[in-house]
Amino acid sequence: MTIYGVAILAACFLIGQLAGEALGHVLAIDANVGGVGFSMFLLIVVNQWLNKRNLMPKDSQLGISFWSNMYIPVIVAMSSIQNVSAALSGGAVAIAAGTFVTIIPLLMLPLISKLANKRKV
Amino acid sequence: MSLMNEILIKNGLVFAFLVTGLIMLGSWWLSEKVFRKKIPGSAIAIISGLLLAYVGGRVTGGLRGIADVPIFTGMGLLGGAMFRDFAIVSTAYGADMREIKSTGWVGVLSLVMGVVLSFVIGGVIALAFGYNHPKDITTIGAGACTFIVGPVTGAAVGASSDIIAISIAAGVVKSIFVTIITPIAARFIGLDNPQAAMIYGGLMGTTSGVAAGLAATDPKLVPYGALTATFYTGLGCLLCPSLLYLIVSYFF
Repeated sequence: MTIYGVAILAACFLIGQLAGEALGHVLAIDANVGGVGFSMFLLIVVNQWLNKRNLMPKDSQLGISFWSNMYIPVIVAMSSIQNVSAALSGGAVAIAAGTFVTIIPLLMLPLISKLANKRKV
Repeated sequence: MSLMNEILIKNGLVFAFLVTGLIMLGSWWLSEKVFRKKIPGSAIAIISGLLLAYVGGRVTGGLRGIADVPIFTGMGLLGGAMFRDFAIVSTAYGADMREIKSTGWVGVLSLVMGVVLSFVIGGVIALAFGYNHPKDITTIGAGACTFIVGPVTGAAVGASSDIIAISIAAGVVKSIFVTIITPIAARFIGLDNPQAAMIYGGLMGTTSGVAAGLAATDPKLVPYGALTATFYTGLGCLLCPSLLYLIVSYFF
């Protein structure tokens, strides 16, 4: 049943969120540390485990793939609720900081990718 | 008219599905017919979303873009943190564990570099604009990480509310700019494989910016970028008010 897939996704999501909140709590910071990341790892592992045992029929998979197909629309809705006018009116400091802090790390990507490939070879 | 409004408000989430569907339809049409697929449909859709957000913010003076207009409150639910994270997690379904393992340590390196580099850049810009109090430098530097790290750090070090507002704005500018620049820059910086996407997520850190930017570049890369980016805000909240603040205080 499709709902099984959705339920598996929901379980992984909630456990991951809990782990992220708990880690934030342990580190004494008021933030969720890696909740989404933990959920993703969990989903990958659980999915592999179920697949090996043939416990993931096609209609259960549909419950997960539906949400991953909804991903871009959700992101579109997300962009429509950003505080864009505040970003533009936050003054020159905010705009300068936001711009430089995007461009400089972005240019670091080729360097670090190179480093990663060297290590592999 | 008021009956229509009432129905749309009462069924906000359903109306948001319709609105988002129409944005997607229009964007794909524009991409195919007008831009001949030179600009991906998802990029047009995301930029349309940002434009809507700007209009909403301008009209209502609120903080949540179009969602502050009563009939569009459903957009706030569909695009809110819960659905966003749920959908991002679901993309891991197609991710390959081997790719993730092979990037492991570089992913961690890119995270630490991303946070420290963003903090330094933000701090230098704060200084350039004449903010030379350690609390102010730290808070604006933290805001340059993400718009969550900024206020968390500002509250921890006791910065004033106008500085915190600047730090949030810096983080929002970053997330929007990352969204727009990622599909444009991707070709030039080799952002076309899972490993690069993981490093990219760690360097940029803004989950919404990275996720939206990668979605507009190549949806297959989204889970890899999101995986590292999701640790960034936590790491920033950990380092900025503690170690990085101490270092700034030592120098200023």
